[in-house]
Amino acid sequence: MAQERKAAIGGIYEWPKRVDPGVSSMQIKAASIKAALDDAGLSWADVDGLYDAGDGDGGGGGLGLAAYLGMKPTVIDTTQVGGSSYEFHAAHALRDIASGKCKVAVTSYGSKAATLRTPIGTGGPRGGGTWLTNMENMYGSTLISNYAMVAQRHMYQYGTTTEQLAEISIATRAHAMRNPEAVQAMTDLQFVGVREISVNDVLESRVLADPLHLLECCMISDGGGAAVFVSPEVAADLKKKPVWILGSGEATKYRENDGDITISAGAQSAPIAFQQAGITPEDIDIAMIYDSFTITVAVMLEDLGFCKKGEAGQFIADGHLRWDRPGLTINTDGGGLSSNHPGMRGLFLLLESVRQLRGESTSQVENAKLAVAHGNGGLLGATHTGGTVILAAD
Amino acid sequence: MPNRPQPAFPEQDSEYFWEGCKKNELRYQKDPDGNVIFYPRAHSTITGDGNLSWHTSAGLGTVYTYSVVRQNRSPSFAELGAYSVAYIDLDEGFRMLSTIIGVDDPTTDIEIGMRVKVDFEQQDEGEYPIPVFRLID
Repeated sequence: MAQERKAAIGGIYEWPKRVDPGVSSMQIKAASIKAALDDAGLSWADVDGLYDAGDGDGGGGGLGLAAYLGMKPTVIDTTQVGGSSYEFHAAHALRDIASGKCKVAVTSYGSKAATLRTPIGTGGPRGGGTWLTNMENMYGSTLISNYAMVAQRHMYQYGTTTEQLAEISIATRAHAMRNPEAVQAMTDLQFVGVREISVNDVLESRVLADPLHLLECCMISDGGGAAVFVSPEVAADLKKKPVWILGSGEATKYRENDGDITISAGAQSAPIAFQQAGITPEDIDIAMIYDSFTITVAVMLEDLGFCKKGEAGQFIADGHLRWDRPGLTINTDGGGLSSNHPGMRGLFLLLESVRQLRGESTSQVENAKLAVAHGNGGLLGATHTGGTVILAAD
Repeated sequence: MPNRPQPAFPEQDSEYFWEGCKKNELRYQKDPDGNVIFYPRAHSTITGDGNLSWHTSAGLGTVYTYSVVRQNRSPSFAELGAYSVAYIDLDEGFRMLSTIIGVDDPTTDIEIGMRVKVDFEQQDEGEYPIPVFRLID
């Protein structure tokens, strides 16, 4: 292929437990970094780049993490843009490694959202006294209702239905049932019915914020993991085959006076990533799309270019998102809906992309060569980010 | 009376907006080129220039989108029943987050495209009335 191969993901690790009261978020991060380095065949002392979303309680973002780990990296990047932070880290690692600033870089995640019962989706106003909170806190819009307002508008503008969106929940649950860690997660989090689900199951689950039902919303788990970014020279001598980062795109979007909230930041970030990678959406074998809610995936399928704006409902209605059916497959680990969502899922999009391109997924798509990981951070419909990363098998 | 969270000051961008609410005025800004700027701030989001002018909206608008929150665990909202949140497109050309009050059942009575008018809702505690919207015929 003609693509430039300037940086790769060389090692990965996903924390196996989704309810884990006995560890701290910083312990999850450190142990995950060690395990991801082991996966690559690299050592602690090899790390010269540190990317961090400031998610642990180490203090000072990447500063606190470096001190906790005992590392003195020469690239320190503390980009925190919500759940898509890890796609941004991959994008920055591609730049930093290509420019020779580092050779072995890590990003990590650790969260205790389930154990601490963090009300991520249904929490109300936090803090106050900023230009934005002073205009919005008084209305009690939850995280979920932001996404719900996008869904409501999408349904109004394009005729999208809950029955169509339910296909996203159904496909990710089918994948989760094949992933032992996801099954354990749903068991530990006391899901009602750890089994495959139907359209009716989704329709009959309670509404959290109209029009979104419980089974259209991601879980809240503990968890974490890590990924190791490496230069081509390092990639040549790893335990496993590298997965190449071919392109990346970054964007942000927010409430605008005349904005169309059915269009996300992904509409800006995706074309940049595809152009850099020298491929088109038609070339993609597998898509890992941040499934915070069903509507997030529907909007991203459109913005990434898998179908036209407004046509996601029809695009997914035939059920092809499942790994064992022809057509585009998504989120083969079970996604945030049914496997892992400690608050910022972006890392897991990279990890499952790597597993697919290595042939290690529990719902392996045959001959998967090209993947896209797209993270959405912040609040869809309000201030949010889009991070798109194109990945290729060796 | 409701007890919504109040704006917190000092906060230099939104203070004049909230002083307007005390006088039942829904205030917005324009930059020197006439671009509508909202939420309030001290610069044009189009050009970066200062010197924005303040204007008062007629308070009439259209529901751009909405949701009905069935569960909110924060203390100010936990005891409420289902309530709406909505983006309202004001006729002067700005969009604001708000809520639509005065409907029997927000899950069935609100539709995108409905016309609304601002109302300033007095609160149990706090000096600032909160701009909310009601459906109009």
